[in-house]
Amino acid sequence: MGAPPLVVSGLSKRFGAIHAVDGVSFHVDAAETYGLLGPNGAGKTTTISMIAGLLSPDAGEVMVAGRRMTTTTTDAKALIGYVPQDVAIYPDLSARENLVFFARLYGMPAREAGRRTDEVLETIGLADRARDRTKHYSGGMKRRLNIGIGLLNRPALLILDEPTVGVDPQSRNAILESVDQLSTEGMAVLYTTHYMEEAERLCDRIGIIDHGKLIAEGSRQELVGVVGERDRVTLSATGDLGRATDALRSQPWIKQADASDGSVVLVVDGARAHLPAILQEAAATGVGVRSVEVSEPDLEAVFLHLTGRALRD
Amino acid sequence: MRAAFLIATKDLKERLRDRTAILIAVVVPLVLAFIFSAILGGATGDTKAIPLGYVDEDGGAVAQAFVQQVLGEVEKAGIVSLHSEASVDTATGLVKRGKLYALIVIPPNFTQAVQSGAPAAMQVIGNVDSPVSAAIARSIVGGYVAELNRVRIAVATAAGGDPSALTPEELNTLASKAASAQAAVVVQDVSSQAKQLDAKSFYAAGMAVFFVFFSVQFGVTSLLEERNDGTLARLLVAPIGRTAVLAGKLLTSFLVGIISMGVLVVATSLLFGAKWGNPAGVAILIVAAVLAATGITAVIAGFARDAEQAGNAQTVVSVVLGLLGGTFFPVSQAPGIVSTLTFIAPQAWFLRGLGDLRGGDLSAVTLPALAMLAFAVVAGAVGVFRLRRLAEI
Repeated sequence: MGAPPLVVSGLSKRFGAIHAVDGVSFHVDAAETYGLLGPNGAGKTTTISMIAGLLSPDAGEVMVAGRRMTTTTTDAKALIGYVPQDVAIYPDLSARENLVFFARLYGMPAREAGRRTDEVLETIGLADRARDRTKHYSGGMKRRLNIGIGLLNRPALLILDEPTVGVDPQSRNAILESVDQLSTEGMAVLYTTHYMEEAERLCDRIGIIDHGKLIAEGSRQELVGVVGERDRVTLSATGDLGRATDALRSQPWIKQADASDGSVVLVVDGARAHLPAILQEAAATGVGVRSVEVSEPDLEAVFLHLTGRALRD
Repeated sequence: MRAAFLIATKDLKERLRDRTAILIAVVVPLVLAFIFSAILGGATGDTKAIPLGYVDEDGGAVAQAFVQQVLGEVEKAGIVSLHSEASVDTATGLVKRGKLYALIVIPPNFTQAVQSGAPAAMQVIGNVDSPVSAAIARSIVGGYVAELNRVRIAVATAAGGDPSALTPEELNTLASKAASAQAAVVVQDVSSQAKQLDAKSFYAAGMAVFFVFFSVQFGVTSLLEERNDGTLARLLVAPIGRTAVLAGKLLTSFLVGIISMGVLVVATSLLFGAKWGNPAGVAILIVAAVLAATGITAVIAGFARDAEQAGNAQTVVSVVLGLLGGTFFPVSQAPGIVSTLTFIAPQAWFLRGLGDLRGGDLSAVTLPALAMLAFAVVAGAVGVFRLRRLAEI
């Protein structure tokens, strides 16, 4: 069995007094999609830049399929595909010309570059507009081409740096489906995002990064386990909500109870098991319940639990 | 090197589709060269023949010799167009109305006075608005009078101070011998017309080298654009040497400059009749000038924050160097320190090289080419050193 597509060990980077990345370590296995989740400014792009060989780390190392990545190495770079956060294509060239140019930079002879370009154009659904200059493309088409360039060299590791920022919902869904498909086909994917729902949908494992440090790592279930089995129950109700809240708060499996704006919000250990008792207790206090919403813990709650801040703060 | 060529080829393809680049590299310099040479042609001495009138009231041998041998030769050289007038009054009226720029009057009995040693005078009447033309007419007359006086002194000396003692035949013989004797001291003109470019060639070359400092920035400065657009990151992530990216951009600048200059040389030669000179010498000067322009552009880009700042700085530097380098008007005759400052402009060396090439052989371009290459090496080294920082995103 070969070396993992990516092993990051003790990666650190300072910009003056700012410790942008501080001892980050993780790995990505073959056919795995690893999400680097964190708010803006958490250090995701700096980490990605060191992994892609754009920046030299102050400490630590990056190994791509067993080859050490540096800013000057070429063998490790040949194994990665890089999709930057902003669309990075040449507007006065067509999609085909963009793809052929980068394919040639990756060392492909002209004929092979042409063949591979045709394949990628089919994959990203731009074959029929391949000869149009990209400055005439829609935002979604540009995004697809942006990703297509990263696929040209059939990388062992595809790095996507927040590829859905500023993208309309339809294009975002198309991008997520593409990434899902690539992972299914066996490609290792490193995906950075500050959208919790993207990380939950795509990633086999997720690393949560904040202030340059990897503060938690694991599958979604493992991370949610950090918060515990506590669910959130929201009752929309009429009547004396204060009395109901006090009564509910006395139950040992209810960890938190607050009333506001016609609702009672409860944090409950095992909400589904205790839901009948909750409704019974509410009815006993004369409160009329109109609707009930049960929310399981998510990565947002995990981030809140770990940092005391919301993911989008 | 393969990657550098790929990047340069991609850049050239983009620039060919960018009308701004074609405008700046070819169209604008071509149009300005045409306009400047049409309007300011005289500034380089490429004047049309001066309308010069003369009135011969003498009709004698000395007067005819002046008209035929002196004025005739000057007319053949294309400096003046001669107009023989019957009367001084009529001719003076033509001068006042600007039909003639200057008038030379040979008074009655001029020949007799010269031959007898009596006082004699030729008159020059100039148009007040054409002082240069009047000065040229005075210079022509002055030269002839000085020659006459030399012969008169020689004859008087040979006659023991009394030419009237000689027979007319003896006087003629002595005068012929004195006239044909070679002068002991002559002035050799080393800054000859042959070393100057005519107006069309001057402005074609001036505009070409002025605008090449703008067109080369489409290569090096695009490095800053690519950094801003995010495509530089893509290039740096590709499995190519980091120096290949910079080499590709420098190569683009060089190729854009060479193509721009090449097109302008051909276009101005065919359209305006500009005479650039020995093709090999012109090629050497163009390569050296484009390298110098590329080096200076690299320095500017190396110190600039972004492409816009680099473009603004490039404009200022190009205009200042262009003015100092005499691309708009000749500055070789500029006074004092300005004349010295011209040598800090590669454009001045380029134009000087073309002028020297016109007056000499291929070796005449050696010094100007070396001077421009020095600019290229020094500026290029600083520029490349500074631009390497762009490799870190």
